[in-house]
Amino acid sequence: MAIYKNVRQLHEEERPSGKFMETISEYLSSDHHRCDDLFALAEELAGDGKWERTATEFGAFLESMRHHFAMEEEVLFPTFEERTGMSMGPTQIMRMEHQQMRGLFDAMAQAVEKRDQDDFLGQAETLLVLMQQHNLKEEQILYHMADQVLGGEARDVIARLRAVA
Amino acid sequence: MTPQAGLSFEQAPPILVPFRFFLSAPVFGVLAALTLLWQGPALFDSRWMPPALALTHLMTLGFLGLAMLGAMFQMLPVVAGAPISRANSVSLGVFGLLVPGVLTLASGFLLVSPELIRLAMGLLGSGFTLFILAVAVSLKRAANNPTSRGMRFAVLALTVTATFGLVLASNYGWGWWIANRIQITSIHLAWGLLGWVGVLVVSVSYQVVPMFQLTPAYPKPLSAWLPPGLFVLLLLWTAFTLGNMEALVPVAGGAIALAFALYAGVTLRLQTQRRRKISDVTLLFWRYGMAALLLVLTLWLAGQAVPQLDNWPGYPFLLGMLFIGGFVVSVVNGMLYKILPFLIWFHLQSRLTGIAKIPNMKEILPEKAMRRQMRLHFAAVPLLALAPLMPPLIYPAALIFGVSMLLLETNLIFAFGVYRRNLKLVS
Ligand code: HEM
Ligand SMILES: [Fe+2]
Ligand SMILES: [Fe+2]
Repeated sequence: MAIYKNVRQLHEEERPSGKFMETISEYLSSDHHRCDDLFALAEELAGDGKWERTATEFGAFLESMRHHFAMEEEVLFPTFEERTGMSMGPTQIMRMEHQQMRGLFDAMAQAVEKRDQDDFLGQAETLLVLMQQHNLKEEQILYHMADQVLGGEARDVIARLRAVA
Repeated sequence: MTPQAGLSFEQAPPILVPFRFFLSAPVFGVLAALTLLWQGPALFDSRWMPPALALTHLMTLGFLGLAMLGAMFQMLPVVAGAPISRANSVSLGVFGLLVPGVLTLASGFLLVSPELIRLAMGLLGSGFTLFILAVAVSLKRAANNPTSRGMRFAVLALTVTATFGLVLASNYGWGWWIANRIQITSIHLAWGLLGWVGVLVVSVSYQVVPMFQLTPAYPKPLSAWLPPGLFVLLLLWTAFTLGNMEALVPVAGGAIALAFALYAGVTLRLQTQRRRKISDVTLLFWRYGMAALLLVLTLWLAGQAVPQLDNWPGYPFLLGMLFIGGFVVSVVNGMLYKILPFLIWFHLQSRLTGIAKIPNMKEILPEKAMRRQMRLHFAAVPLLALAPLMPPLIYPAALIFGVSMLLLETNLIFAFGVYRRNLKLVS
């Protein structure tokens, strides 16, 4: 029964018009999108030298990333690890990449403080590539697997993701 | 192709695996420019003259081939979740066979030496066999996404290209002059430029265009169907060509041209919808490349309609300069400027975190240096394309192209120097 439901979910997701059942994949991918937009805005503002607004928007970006990482590290990854018994697998690498991104967040925050445009844009460029390839791995592989192994539980997991502060 | 395929999430291979390819590629661009300067306007006498063939392969096998193989070694683990096993030895073996292979092939043409051509056949044949086998094994385990599916078609096309290339080279090695040499050359170059190079660029752009510029994704039907569609069209075109079906050959050819035009149009459109507003050299290189692709497709279609154009000896040179120099070199050049600094950063951070400050991508490869080289490349392409019309232009064109390739090389070496200096901080 559970398996049947999985397959159906996957199919419905492929269908552009049939998105009536939310999946982990959809939910977290759209959150990536939201974070990307904030990133692009902060980068553009820094490029124009508008530091006051850069500081505000970059702050909003950091907050959105903190929240996104929390959803993954506190809810999705532990549930996935529990279900699959793989605690040293993909989730471990994802955590490591979060750590790498946190390093870049700090470097960017320092650049905002010093209003160092070259440094900010250079760090931003680095973060963009790292973040995009991370998201790609999650969206194309990990989230799909999570939807599959969690099956009927997926909706419950989404509810818990929503509850993350 | 199970869902588990991408599971390994293998991290990047050792840095030299792709870098030995990336760092050597522009050297072949410089050699191509030197060949142009050496031969001068005489090069345009006929596309069948050995110097023209040397030039073509310095660019297609040397510059593009090395850059694309390096990119595949790097991308297979990351985008397809399928690392090449024993990546370092395989990469070293492929590199050690192909580099002397391209050099002997080019000098075999230039010096008209059957011995060198035979030697080149052995080196290139074994180098590509090794690469294709290693990639085939890895792609069997690959995650099933449009990029990895596209890569499968690209590698199949490379197999066809290399096979026909070896047949053609045997002509020069033993001088038995195959009767339908012209047909076989057409098939060889179509699979090389449109199948191997074209399909690989298309498949890779599914990942990198949205990723670097935050554009919307390519429409799903397009990303799913374009590589297999192009592959089938190339098969049909080949069958029509071999079967001497004069009426059908241009139909299949036209369909291939339209498919590439669709791809270029969609790419340009996605780029106008990008959410990342900042412009960078990679974006500019891609746009320039897509514009060149659209132009060369238009000129090719025009040649089908106007026989005088098709019969002009300069015409294949015009198409070649625009397709290879304008489209593919631009795209590859832009990609190198993203991949190289990122990989250097990536390898440094795994060693330096907590020990020293890690340089960011723009410190590894400064924007100014990239822009200067980009402007030279953008100036070189129109001159190269006009040179078949006005042969003396070949000198300034080759000079500017050569300097551009030289600067590309020094930029890449600069970046690698940053890597090496920073690594010393660890020890
Ligand atoms: C094993 C590798 C290869 C070998 C041995 C090889 C060999 C040859 C030979 C001997 C010719 C001349 C045909 C003749 O004059 O009868 C030729 C033509 C050509 N090859 Fe290759 N080739 C190889 C790979 C490639 C690749 C990978 C590409 C493109 C990506 C390519 C693109 C071309 C083009 C465009 C021509 C036509 C040149 C012209 O018309 O001036 N070749 N090749
Ligand atoms: Fe993540
Ligand atoms: Fe995520």
